[in-house]
Amino acid sequence: MKTFPIGGVHPSDNKKWSKASAIEVMELPDVVNIPLSQHIGAPATAKVAKGDKVVVGQLLAEPTGFMSAAIHSPVSGTVTAVDMQPNGQGLRQMMITIKREGDEWDPSIDRSTKLVAECTLSQKEIVERIKAAGIVGMGGATFPTHVKLSIPEGKKAELLIINGVECEPYLTSDYRTMLERGELLVVGTRILMRAIGVEQAVIGVEANKPDAVKHLRQIIGTAGDIKVMMLKTQYPQGGEKQLIAAVMGREVPAPPALPIDVGAVVCNASTAVAVYEAVQKNKPLIERVVTVTGAEVKEPKNLLTRFGTPVSALIEKCGGLPEGDVRVLNGGPMMGRALCNLAMPIMKGCSGVTIISGEAAHRGVESACIKCAKCVEACPMGLEPYLLSKQARKKAWDAMEANDITSCIECGCCQYTCPANIPLLDYVRLGKQTVMGIIRARNAKK
Amino acid sequence: MANKFLVAPAPHVHGSLSTSRLMADVVIALLPALAVSVRVFGWNVLAVTAVSIASCVLLEFLVQKFLFKGPLTINNLSAVVTGLLLAMNLPANIPLWIVVIGAIVAIGIAKMPFGGLGKNPFNPALAARVFLLIAYPAQMTSFPAPQIEGAADAFSGATPLAAAKAQMVTFAGDNLLEMFTGTIGGSFGEVSALALLLGFVYLLVRRVITWHIPVATLGTMALFGAIYALCALGGGMTTLYFPAFHLLAGGALLGSIFMATDYVTSPMTTKGMVIYGVGIGAITMCIRLWGAYPEGMSFAILIMNAMVPLINKYVKPKRFGAR
Repeated sequence: MKTFPIGGVHPSDNKKWSKASAIEVMELPDVVNIPLSQHIGAPATAKVAKGDKVVVGQLLAEPTGFMSAAIHSPVSGTVTAVDMQPNGQGLRQMMITIKREGDEWDPSIDRSTKLVAECTLSQKEIVERIKAAGIVGMGGATFPTHVKLSIPEGKKAELLIINGVECEPYLTSDYRTMLERGELLVVGTRILMRAIGVEQAVIGVEANKPDAVKHLRQIIGTAGDIKVMMLKTQYPQGGEKQLIAAVMGREVPAPPALPIDVGAVVCNASTAVAVYEAVQKNKPLIERVVTVTGAEVKEPKNLLTRFGTPVSALIEKCGGLPEGDVRVLNGGPMMGRALCNLAMPIMKGCSGVTIISGEAAHRGVESACIKCAKCVEACPMGLEPYLLSKQARKKAWDAMEANDITSCIECGCCQYTCPANIPLLDYVRLGKQTVMGIIRARNAKK
Repeated sequence: MANKFLVAPAPHVHGSLSTSRLMADVVIALLPALAVSVRVFGWNVLAVTAVSIASCVLLEFLVQKFLFKGPLTINNLSAVVTGLLLAMNLPANIPLWIVVIGAIVAIGIAKMPFGGLGKNPFNPALAARVFLLIAYPAQMTSFPAPQIEGAADAFSGATPLAAAKAQMVTFAGDNLLEMFTGTIGGSFGEVSALALLLGFVYLLVRRVITWHIPVATLGTMALFGAIYALCALGGGMTTLYFPAFHLLAGGALLGSIFMATDYVTSPMTTKGMVIYGVGIGAITMCIRLWGAYPEGMSFAILIMNAMVPLINKYVKPKRFGAR
């Protein structure tokens, strides 16, 4: 079985808690908060004001420039505010607040469950529809999909890779999507292939999800255009660069190189389903499957949730928070962000809410580096985390740049593996952000 | 609901590795060799081991408590490993007061003055062994004859390497099996190749170390030995016997598996580890063949320890995406 060439770790996947729970529809919230920045790039520009009546699927905010994404209303009701609200980390950001009234949909959206497999639209039309639907990468990186599909002049896509790896421990939203919405995923994949003009696609799935591999292979049948590739389970295989290396055997060079430079375009499995809905059903991105899980969560679930629903409502639906100290994460345990505000609304990139409780919620005590080289061995980018973290502590930004800090994908393998419990990634991340800032400033001066 | 929300950057889970677990694994990997030593040299082996470990741990404790006045970290077992390795590098009948002096050199000079675990440039146990070798040459090189019945007495009192040195390159090809299973004289940890290899397999299976340093070291020694035999000893079967003799004799296995792989004093990248191992192998053979000492492993490792910062600076892992 194939996998990526260097580094990686094998955390317990702990998908057992939620993997058997079929996707359930989450109740509609009474009030939703819709952040204008749910994607990488410029925040969207609000097109509604306080007092406006909106229906489900109506445009709330349009993209600000090319590197941005549209945002649509996930509920019907009245806009009660367009102002700054605290996000999951407690920082204020621009949000549109809507008081829900009923569930009235934009009539142009086809809500029937009939599968529409045929797509005769041109490349340009498909990309336009995807842009209009506000689709972004739903694996967590939230890169606007229309940008990814707009192949730059002089570059050529050779292969579409659908990321069904879900290497992040605990999470099962992509897994359930592949199992329960596989037909839509396959049509979405063909639409994406058409959009970038490739004849071949590979759906990459890790070996810990054999039933998803089997199911997708059954749907595809004898059609030769899409291959389902079972990959050796290893974190962080769902990283774009790692997945391309596993599937194609090609390594994307250091930034600013992009996957297209090796002929690859990668889209997440849930994104492919959203693409199907947008192109074939005219349904914008207004909801997603969110896994709510954790060792002490009473009823872990996979919930089809409208954006803007507060995290606290999902946790209540799954039996509430466990007693005592908790770490509530937007995402999974390796790359998720810890929340201090459970009013945080579910957004486009939120694939799960993971609750770490009890002793596991605390960090271990840091001790001296014994230079065991485990972090170097674990780094999937071939970096030296021990050295980078030491340089960050000394604020040696130039040295960090020379040691390729900008290649870091912040997967956390180094810190996960460190026997001395050193918060390596804290320092590496700080250094990376600082160095990126220095590089931006330098480029701006030129 | 009285919840406390803990907030920290990712990752939010940690693997099962810890410094103390890694150190405990090294101790476990050394137990077979220790057991063989007790069988071959008697209970004195345990007395030397106990004194060595106790002195190292106590000294580390005293330095941390009264000089550093910082956190006490003796429970990470690193001083236990140093003590055990120091003991295994000593003759079984060494006076116990010399063992205590060895511990003082290891912990008090080679380790703690640099800041303790993780900061020392030289392997503490080896620094102590070399100090003792120079300070107490008589006691450090009078090895007891093996005590078990049926053991070969050809080299009683002297190690095969010392005998080979004295007689200039002669060695007995027919006692290779005894050297392998461990019924010949020497520092007590070096006595059984089989037991040390068992420990090596354990360390590999537990992923405590990788194969790079031991294989590079021993491979270089074997290659060096074979070329020497071919050029200087007339070739023939000697080309096979001579390298095998050198891999089994002296500290080759104990040194390459347990001393050279000391995390703190070995390189951080696999490429660096190979360079380091090749260096140790080559220097060891040079000392053994042309030097004044019969054994060269300790010196070779210490010399290469000194090269480690340089290796780490210039030998980088292959970056993902680099051509």
